Amino acid sequence: MAEEEKVTNIKPDLTDVTDVTCPFCGNLCDDIHIKRTGDDEAEVHHACGVGYYKFKKFITKGAPRKNLLRKKSGDKKASDDTFKEAKLDACIDKAAELLIAAKKPVLFGWASTSVEAIREGIALSEEVGGIIDQTTSVCHGPSTLAVQDVGISSCTLGTVLNHADLIIYWGCNPSEAHLRHMSRYTVYPRGAFREKGRQDREVVVVDVRETSSTSVATQFIKVDPNTDYELVHALRLAMKGEELPDEIPGTGVTKKQVMKLAQRLKRSKFCAFFFGLGLTMTRGRHRNIDAILSLGAELNKDTKVVIRPMRGHYNVAGAAEVFTWQTGYPYAVDLTRGYARYNPGETSLVDLLVRDDADCLFIVASDPVAHLPKEAARRFGNLPVIVIDPHATITSKFADVYFPCAVTGVESEGTAYRMDGVPIKLKKVIDSDLPSDTEIVANILERVKKKRGGK
Amino acid sequence: MGLILKNGIVFDPKNGIRGEKMDLFIKDGKIVAEKDLGKKSDTIDLVGKVVFPGGVDIHAHIAGSKVNSGRLFRPEDSRMRTVPRTNVTRAGSGFSVPTTYLTGYTYSEMGYTTVIEPAVPPLKARHTHEEFHDIPMLDKTGLLLLGNNHQVIEYLKAGDLDRCREWVAWMLLATKCYGIKCVNPGGTASWAWGKNVEGLDDPCTYFEVTPREIIRGLVDINENLGLPHAVHLHCNNLGAPGNYTTAIETIDAVKDLKNKERSVLHLTHLQFNGYGGDSWKTFESKGVELAEKIDKTPNITVDTGNVCFEPTTTMTADGPFEFHLHRLSKQKWVNFDVELEAGTGIVPYEYKKNVSVNAVQWAVGLEMVLALKDLTKIHLTTDHPNGGPFTCYAEMIAWLMSKKARAETIATLHDAVKSRAAISDLDRELDLFDICLITRGTAQTLGLANKGHLGIGADADVAVYDIGVEEKDGAKIERAFRHCAYTIKGGELAVKDGKVVNSVTGKTLWIDTKPKVDAIEKDLRKRFEAYYSVSLDNYPVDMSYLGESEMVMKRCKK
Repeated sequence: MAEEEKVTNIKPDLTDVTDVTCPFCGNLCDDIHIKRTGDDEAEVHHACGVGYYKFKKFITKGAPRKNLLRKKSGDKKASDDTFKEAKLDACIDKAAELLIAAKKPVLFGWASTSVEAIREGIALSEEVGGIIDQTTSVCHGPSTLAVQDVGISSCTLGTVLNHADLIIYWGCNPSEAHLRHMSRYTVYPRGAFREKGRQDREVVVVDVRETSSTSVATQFIKVDPNTDYELVHALRLAMKGEELPDEIPGTGVTKKQVMKLAQRLKRSKFCAFFFGLGLTMTRGRHRNIDAILSLGAELNKDTKVVIRPMRGHYNVAGAAEVFTWQTGYPYAVDLTRGYARYNPGETSLVDLLVRDDADCLFIVASDPVAHLPKEAARRFGNLPVIVIDPHATITSKFADVYFPCAVTGVESEGTAYRMDGVPIKLKKVIDSDLPSDTEIVANILERVKKKRGGK
Repeated sequence: MGLILKNGIVFDPKNGIRGEKMDLFIKDGKIVAEKDLGKKSDTIDLVGKVVFPGGVDIHAHIAGSKVNSGRLFRPEDSRMRTVPRTNVTRAGSGFSVPTTYLTGYTYSEMGYTTVIEPAVPPLKARHTHEEFHDIPMLDKTGLLLLGNNHQVIEYLKAGDLDRCREWVAWMLLATKCYGIKCVNPGGTASWAWGKNVEGLDDPCTYFEVTPREIIRGLVDINENLGLPHAVHLHCNNLGAPGNYTTAIETIDAVKDLKNKERSVLHLTHLQFNGYGGDSWKTFESKGVELAEKIDKTPNITVDTGNVCFEPTTTMTADGPFEFHLHRLSKQKWVNFDVELEAGTGIVPYEYKKNVSVNAVQWAVGLEMVLALKDLTKIHLTTDHPNGGPFTCYAEMIAWLMSKKARAETIATLHDAVKSRAAISDLDRELDLFDICLITRGTAQTLGLANKGHLGIGADADVAVYDIGVEEKDGAKIERAFRHCAYTIKGGELAVKDGKVVNSVTGKTLWIDTKPKVDAIEKDLRKRFEAYYSVSLDNYPVDMSYLGESEMVMKRCKK
């Protein structure tokens, strides 16, 4: 115990940090090596192109980031002279006031920050009687709905590494979106029971077009857009030994291709499916996922099949975990009545905005204005908006209060959950003058409680 | 400030107190002698009320990735029980898999103050600790899944017990867990290939090591490390007709291994291994036979894993069992394999009164207690949430204390309960001392010296129930044990009149196993560099995740 305390009291040496966790995508690679070579220079080893660039960028000190308050409320011209710099305390005060005044504030984002920040966020939502939602609702929300319908057979990425002899990527492009997915976890590494690595594995890619991932594939199936549902069902029929027509109607895929994939599945000792937004955000949505999860469950009668959604933001899986253990639901949680309600489509951000059913927006670690449908994004111009983000974003241009914060996983510590739910500690590699978003949210929560006199 | 609990009728089996009217004195979170109380103190008059030590639950899945998957994929369960926030408590939801805060509050309302999460996959231990952080009111710790750990199995295959011991010690310290859990040894490892094992001598896939070898190996390691609790075993063949023979064989498999202080093997939720017959049609209770076996065997303890008739969520690290249940019940299914270590399955399930198998299962768990002479060897659980949520303990206690309550329930059950179980013939009615023993004696089985009793120096965890000493009315018993009159946690008043009045923080308990890392360093490096998907440096859970914590045991170097 004493030894542990001693260790934690020593200021960590940040000149040479190994096994750093990369806080960018759901791969959450934890083998990055960062070696300082100057005040704002460092060598970054093992990271992919994206990770390398991001670490480099954060280690290079840019212009100081300041807390901003809008000079005149309601003046939402997206130009910098409508803001004034302000002290942290004044901003916390303003944020607390806006939240208290709101009847139905929505606290959104959370996928690119730590579990610790999300915990505070849920406590704040409960305190102010708001709705808390995370980026899943515009991303893998349909996957969650399908899991709630039929369950999922899944595993950690290391299980794929050690066991899988058939990898299927469906509606995703890992070599551009999760750059080290194939090299670290699935296709290339040698595993405990796949000693020859790539040679021991077959790769199938199903997508609407050729991508850089399809070049890796042993079999590439080009499916017409919005017809994945039909194709999954054709495969389910094939696996059950039913007769298929020569052309699978509407999909642009032939019976021969489906039968070939079915043969591979039958041969496989351990098959891992990975799917992306090509399934969740196209026609059919959660029904596509429902079909593929059902296929997976059925196949487990005869072989071993696991399925994983390719989660994007580095802690989007963690956000679902914390939401669930604190409220019972993974996203779109309505706490306005003092208890948790969950009804995606009603209590999710886009729907609330389009219905004009939110009166204050509290955005942490995400940039919804840049990504939401226009109809929803437009509301940011009429509502009070609070933004906590390390970077100035399009959303922060609409803020009434903007808090820059330390970059989690670079300038501050925390915990994040990899796409397969494995929790990994995020390390700090450089110092920052800014507070973390965890601290800012916690301070706002305290201020709200204080202003309401502990009620 | 001290606290005096005056005039309560105290039950404290460890100290031989059997319903005596006496006062308790509390200071700085401990039970103290009257002279040490100091000048200022509050007094609560407990005249006519029954005082127990705080309850200690030896086996309840309350935190971690498996439990959270159960919550996530069952929004319908969350909707079954929704609890709004109050001035002192956070909001919560969940009937069979309640959220973290609600879990803490509900246990506390029932007079429980310590709970053991019995299935922590090592790679996801950090998740379990993060949920512990958000469970108030309780002291808690986890048991680490090691029975299907590839490295453990490989060491055992090579007969290298020395290095296996250090590997186990390293794992326990790295994950800040409390003891060894072994689930369907060999079976879950085989499940990575979609297979299972069928008995103690059926070698597992690929490694060719038998469950018997794994169990005996882990018991040996457990004894050599001097861990506070026995090896916590979920037997092979769980849930299958005729599987009581597996339980008996397992008990016999370790009969030569001894420990003076405690059992060497704890068979958990044994009800699920208490079945006779050779099919669902001939399925029958072997609860009485198991009780006889437990009475005859000095070196084992068990917990019951009772079932109650509620919709619940089954979840276990026994992957193949849950797949089987999914096929049988046609319910949705979550499976989750953890690399090189463990697996998980989750399936919703409802035990129904009119289903013959469920009615017999209900009887098995109760028979095991009612037919057992030495109640220090058995502990009450529902294997929460597998046999039903922990909130059913109150109902269980009513059935154990009142033959009339049992008879009323039997009248509503499938007739199989009369023909294929002995419960209708068992006249025994447990008294409050017995109930205290099976819900608080747990601390001794776990090696928690400061818990489960009210002697000087014990943790001031106290439960006060509003119940007459001779009460036999099932409904009254159930009400009393579901909603405590008072719960004191760590010396602080936490619950009054069945409601949380003060949200107190609990501690995480851990042990310092002092692994000799030199002996296993090469294997550690190889395994992490080649086969794990996280780096060795990022694997251990550091103390910052534990919040308030207490080291319960330090390994004496041998």
